[in-house]
Amino acid sequence: MQDLIRRYGPGLTLLMGLLVAFWLVMLVIVPNITLFEQSFRPYLPVVEVGGPKDTYSLNNYLKVFDGNVDRSFLGFEFSIPVHVLTFWLTIFYSMVVTFLCFLLAYPLAYYMAKIVNPRSLPTLILMLFIPLWVSEVLRAFAWWIILAFKGPLNALLLGLGLIEDPIRWTNMGYTGVVIGLIYTYVLFMLFPIYNAIQSLDTNQIEAAEDLGAPWWKIHWRIVLPHSKPGIASGSVMVFMLSAGSLLVPSILGSTTSQWFTQTIDQWFKDALDWNTASAYAFLLLLLCTVFVTIAMRLFRVKLSDIAK
Amino acid sequence: MSAGIDLENVCCDFGTFRAVDNANVSIRPGEFFSFLGPSGCGKTTILRMVSGFIEPTQGVIRIGGEDVRGKRPNQRPTALIFQNLALFPLMPIWENISFGLEVRGVDKATRRKKAEDLLQLVDLPGAADKMVSQLSGGQKQRVAIARALAVEPQVMLLDEPLSALDLKLRQHMRAELRAIQQRTGVTFIYITHDQGEALAMSDRVGVMSQGSIQQIADPREIYNNPVNGFVASFVGENNVFQGEVQHAAAGMASFTTPHGQFRARLGDLSGKIGKLYVRPEHTIITATPAAENSVPVTVSDISFEGSFIAVHATSDTGAHLTSELRNDGSATVPEKGVRVHMSFDPARAAILPDANVRG
Repeated sequence: MQDLIRRYGPGLTLLMGLLVAFWLVMLVIVPNITLFEQSFRPYLPVVEVGGPKDTYSLNNYLKVFDGNVDRSFLGFEFSIPVHVLTFWLTIFYSMVVTFLCFLLAYPLAYYMAKIVNPRSLPTLILMLFIPLWVSEVLRAFAWWIILAFKGPLNALLLGLGLIEDPIRWTNMGYTGVVIGLIYTYVLFMLFPIYNAIQSLDTNQIEAAEDLGAPWWKIHWRIVLPHSKPGIASGSVMVFMLSAGSLLVPSILGSTTSQWFTQTIDQWFKDALDWNTASAYAFLLLLLCTVFVTIAMRLFRVKLSDIAK
Repeated sequence: MSAGIDLENVCCDFGTFRAVDNANVSIRPGEFFSFLGPSGCGKTTILRMVSGFIEPTQGVIRIGGEDVRGKRPNQRPTALIFQNLALFPLMPIWENISFGLEVRGVDKATRRKKAEDLLQLVDLPGAADKMVSQLSGGQKQRVAIARALAVEPQVMLLDEPLSALDLKLRQHMRAELRAIQQRTGVTFIYITHDQGEALAMSDRVGVMSQGSIQQIADPREIYNNPVNGFVASFVGENNVFQGEVQHAAAGMASFTTPHGQFRARLGDLSGKIGKLYVRPEHTIITATPAAENSVPVTVSDISFEGSFIAVHATSDTGAHLTSELRNDGSATVPEKGVRVHMSFDPARAAILPDANVRG
């Protein structure tokens, strides 16, 4: 603070301080506290708000356990609350998206960091970025067109003779959602891994090869361990963004794919029950954070590694 | 155990730039061979071609008589020690050393045993479970050597591995490297720009300039009988005289310079213009002119170097000449500004052509 005042003078320092405070208070703290407070109150007609029935309780949170459905999985018959099922499916498919993003991003990141001619790297990065300039809605719709029953993907596969009948991509459970989420968030995996691999001394790769290591061993023992912080930060990013995405599941989802954010959205907009919606939103945030923390423990990644 | 290496007419081009030009050298099994030259002379390129990271544009490289063209570094019986060592910072020391064995599917207990044996060999016992960041520069050096030795290479390739160390440690590691080489009997190819290292450690030295090997010989021969001016002036100091060769006979010749007529050994000029080279320690300073090869000079500076004393002097034509006197009390050190005579033995001076470079 002293340093800031000496460098920019009291006026400018005050302005910067106020702007940061505005950002934190008005855009982060106040809305979240409002929702948090709302989430403990019942959904009441306007006249009863503030009345004797308006008391704090955990009822909104407990609503996730209402309404069991029967499911069978690997021969097991079981009954599970529908919103809990949705939550687990959201977590599961977000993990699938994260893993597939890693599979796609790692080879490309390695190629960009260690193999490609540095002179063509800017062009490559530009080509990766251009799609990002298009609105997320339009990109989701583009995939909706690509995956359509009479769309280009089916036409291509039919033309190549790989399939005999067109496939209803967006009507196969979570297929469309997973494809859309990967396309939307893969770059959030690519760049952290690229940065991590780029900081690896090429001599280490050569030393490993000189000692007789085949290519997969070099990746398993040298490149992957070195890029672990990058993979971790990319994974956290893709996982959180996927689990929190509403747009892609809404556009590319099928009748059998329900994303937890869609459930929250329905509480907000269809049921107009903002209190339960807030409770669900906080549940998602809390459980995803817990989940990420456990995953980081499991892979022995520290928060400070990710911050790099 | 150890293999010889033959380079036959090896060339390496990077685009239009020829990094290595027609290298021919035959390195014997178990030999300590150094490539010595200034940076950019192509010595590292030769090393990378032998280890397999670069393929020669022309020519053949044989390791133990076998043509290794097209073989990847992981298929060659060589181990390279990198200039920055390239130890794996995320593995403990023993895993670093046994990485090559891990790759070959050796079980963990054997690997651990081997790593500890090698740490003993490089005089670093008890470091097995430390991390790379906990070691000093000299210790890292030893780990890098142990890691390379672990795969029992037939040839060790060392790319200026001592350049990052301080002077004392560097001198210590020189002796250490030489001792390890003799204990293991592995062929060592050593790359350096430090003539002291090359002369002190090697069985033979190849001096390089601008992609060409200038001379291959044992260290004494390199120093005492350089084939050309480049070798003479890159390895050690020289007083250089320009002039004209006359009356060549029986390996000796007269050499006419602005300082007068000199007599010296005549090198292989092959029609090129020669210059006369005399090492500072081969000159004698006297108060009166010597019988031959004598130049009157004025002492311009005396610098005390410890084991010797350098006398810097200026001739009447303005040329700078240096003489080195041993600091053992045998020679009288002249005063600054005094007029003396500098002379040298004809057998200790040589008329040599300039560097042997293409063009």
